[in-house]
Amino acid sequence: MRFGIVVFPGANCDHDAHHVVKHVLGQDARFIWHKDRDLSGIDCVILPGGFSYGDYLRCGAMARLSPVMEEVVAFAKRGGKVLGICNGFQVALEAGLLPGAMLRNRSLKFVCKDVHLKVENDRTPFTSAIPAGEILRLPIAHADGNYFLPDDELERLEGNGQVVFRYAEADGRITDAANPNGARNGIAGIVNEAGNVLGMMPHPERMAERILGGEDGRRIFESLIGGSKV
Amino acid sequence: MSNEITPDVVAGHGLTLDEYAKIQAAMKRQPNLLELGIFSVMWSEHCSYKSSRKHLKGFPTTGPRVLQGPGENAGVVDVGDGLAVAFKMESHNHPSYIEPYQGAATGVGGILRDVFTMGARPVASLNSLRFGDPSHPKTAWLVEGVTSGIAGYGNAMGVPTVGGEIAFDPSYNGNCLVNAFTLGVLDSDKIFLGTATGVGNPVIYVGAKTGRDGIHGATMASAEFDESSEEKRPTVQVGDPFVEKLLLEACLELMKTDAIVGIQDMGAAGLTSSSVEMAGRAGNGLDLHLDRIPMREEGMTPYELMLSESQERMLLVAKEGREQDVIDIFEKWDLDVAVVGSVTGSGVLRLYWHGDVAGELPIDPLTEGAPVYDRPRQRPADLDSLQGFDPNTLPAPASLGETLLTLMARPTIASKEWVYRQYDYMVRLGTVVRPGGDAAVVRLEGDKGVALSADCPSRMVYLDPYMGAMLTVAEACRNVSVVGGEPIGLTDCLNFGNPEKPEIMWQFAEAVRGIADACRALDVPVVSGNVSLYNETDGKGIFPTPTCAVVGLVPDVNHTSTTWWKERGHEIALLGVCTGEAGGSEYLAACFDKVAGLPPRLDVARELAVQAAVRELVRAGLVASAHDCADGGIAVALAESCIMGAPEGGLGAKVRIPGDARIDLLLFAEDPSRVLISYDPARRAEVEAVARKAGAPFAVIGQVGGDSLEIEGALQVPVQELAHRWGKGFTQVLGLADAHYPDEIASRAAPV
Repeated sequence: MRFGIVVFPGANCDHDAHHVVKHVLGQDARFIWHKDRDLSGIDCVILPGGFSYGDYLRCGAMARLSPVMEEVVAFAKRGGKVLGICNGFQVALEAGLLPGAMLRNRSLKFVCKDVHLKVENDRTPFTSAIPAGEILRLPIAHADGNYFLPDDELERLEGNGQVVFRYAEADGRITDAANPNGARNGIAGIVNEAGNVLGMMPHPERMAERILGGEDGRRIFESLIGGSKV
Repeated sequence: MSNEITPDVVAGHGLTLDEYAKIQAAMKRQPNLLELGIFSVMWSEHCSYKSSRKHLKGFPTTGPRVLQGPGENAGVVDVGDGLAVAFKMESHNHPSYIEPYQGAATGVGGILRDVFTMGARPVASLNSLRFGDPSHPKTAWLVEGVTSGIAGYGNAMGVPTVGGEIAFDPSYNGNCLVNAFTLGVLDSDKIFLGTATGVGNPVIYVGAKTGRDGIHGATMASAEFDESSEEKRPTVQVGDPFVEKLLLEACLELMKTDAIVGIQDMGAAGLTSSSVEMAGRAGNGLDLHLDRIPMREEGMTPYELMLSESQERMLLVAKEGREQDVIDIFEKWDLDVAVVGSVTGSGVLRLYWHGDVAGELPIDPLTEGAPVYDRPRQRPADLDSLQGFDPNTLPAPASLGETLLTLMARPTIASKEWVYRQYDYMVRLGTVVRPGGDAAVVRLEGDKGVALSADCPSRMVYLDPYMGAMLTVAEACRNVSVVGGEPIGLTDCLNFGNPEKPEIMWQFAEAVRGIADACRALDVPVVSGNVSLYNETDGKGIFPTPTCAVVGLVPDVNHTSTTWWKERGHEIALLGVCTGEAGGSEYLAACFDKVAGLPPRLDVARELAVQAAVRELVRAGLVASAHDCADGGIAVALAESCIMGAPEGGLGAKVRIPGDARIDLLLFAEDPSRVLISYDPARRAEVEAVARKAGAPFAVIGQVGGDSLEIEGALQVPVQELAHRWGKGFTQVLGLADAHYPDEIASRAAPV
């Protein structure tokens, strides 16, 4: 599978995503400079984590104006797979690829730690190899991961099964204490209606090697890669 | 500002009249204001090391792995297979006390630049922090600001903050300490230096524009604080990590070409120190056209441009004719870039302003010719009585269990998760051993990694500067050894009070001698460092705090250790000896409000043996856990091993502490050279054989199991209670909001 990893100015998880898809999973991967527009041959675009444009205005608000994003939006409309991780999720929200917005964490602080996620939907290309109901352990590292959506839209999102990951206890219970940032309904990751764009606050690329504490994140990439072979 | 140089103007620049006379002699005329400003920052304590230089010469700075010792932007040590690591630690104490967020943030920004200037990609940061009494009205505000400043800058840069240390003592009430360390990786044959070689080569300015921020920052850092210090807020710089991230990527991209011959960060004293030092190292001169400097504000003067400490700027010297290559890369990253001058063979810094010469200074007197002082030293008069205090004269506590719980909740000992959870400690996919343990382990390439630890038991240094400094080096090396690392290099940040006081100067000289002797004995070279003096407010100095950060080589990151017990039934052993020497311990400070007694003595042979033993045991995969005994003594170390794995439940232990000192002193004394290990009892013979072979004292003291920590004849405390006190101690004592605990989320979410 051919991955394209967008390099926004201020992105800092671009190399991590590249390392995992290329060196851990042996896939084809290339960086795409944000001022370029060429997505030819790419099967999956990764919008990586980091602080695009310093997050100075509103997370992702500047990055969505980068030239490459016009192409990414068109690519998604054609059914191309887009994985937005952390800041990449925020960019995808700002670009209108996904519904909703991010608020500051309710602690008002940056939070870096491992969390547990319940897989709510395994009928997406990003979770096809992970049965629904399974609990994953992945790290988060963000200050603005408090996902927000008005009631009616939230109801639609839930009704459509667009919620893919929800913060949970290790045993799978959905509790307020397990919610690290105050996101509505404990939402950690969502897909668009077509299911080809996933945004998630946790970092799957950080848990793709046992030496770093776990391999749960790898399963998301393996879902993508396995699906592309079918 | 008038251009006339009066005694007031000289004093206002932090220069003595004697120094001013030396400047006139060097210039062979009266300097103008611009020239005086340049001399004042170059001759400031911060840049010239005039009080400390004489003593620092005693450090061992060479070794088979050392590729670059002190004197450059960072030290560089070979780690084999064509790889090297560049690292350094620097203080940003004065700015952080005045404006904690920006002070700490720009401290991180500065040390990152020091490292990538060398051609290294920064891959890990540490910090060592000191704050005043937790109940002091400013302490919590400083802790919040410094923590978020470090997070704000480091996280945005994508450099993981993987560890550090924090301690509290009233001596830091008026001066907090913020020491930031960064390590970067580079090819061992591609080290970039801050040197202006090649007459005719262009001098190029890159990065952010120059503003008026931070003018005289280096001079501020070279004076004591008083009640007017708050007014110095404008001298604190403002950081922009986004620009620095672009600068990092652009510089590393440029360094892959062969277009440049030298590069230096504009840190303290900005354009002045970078240009003067680069010219000085090459024995050359520079012509600079100051009107070509990218400026952020209107109407800036040559004086302001030379003295500004605006952040995120670099000065580089390119090969003649390669200017466009440099310009292309920086324009790609949307950064300012300007050719501002050229290298000359004159040995003179000539500053032009719209074609006219605005200043002309010989380089030598600014660098090599800076004053060097052998300041008077005197052993403090009260030291004998302080050292003479015998902890055995104190009443024994009624309940050792309660005492242990008290210590667990001390903010110096309690969990620092509230702090490091705000740092991105995982970005870059290298963090193999995460913050919270004795040392962090970071993967570099393949299975090769480094272990990192920063330490300073400053109470011990206060009570015996020479021995305290030795203990500092020993502890940092031990922490690195505990995770399987071999110490290969040290960087220091020497934080002291006013060197013009003979007692402070004595502390400094003794501590430096202690570091030097310990480094020689433990065979670890000092490759970089920084001195921060004048950490005094209203005449009251801090505890002498010579923080040392040690880098250890971990040949295989698959073989490291963590601090907590892994399995019931595992045996617990002590490498080392418990003497009960409690002078300078956290126990005396916490329970008796006493900072007194003679600190424990370092037995170098035993220290080396214990470190060699634990390193070998970890590398051989023979132990399930390893933990250094430090603050709070062996009792706290045992408790930590019970609870640090708490997310997986925590495990109790039943032990007997060998030794014949009074039981409370045995439990809580902080004698060095001790490591707790746990292992599968079936492997005891192998474990013991490794310890014996290394010459380390080895004693089986108990086993893992149960739900409480039971120390025979002393105490039994449920693991849950230990975990609770330790987990909440830091935030509770400081009154910080902690969203980690649901009850607090609930109370904060309630309507006001």
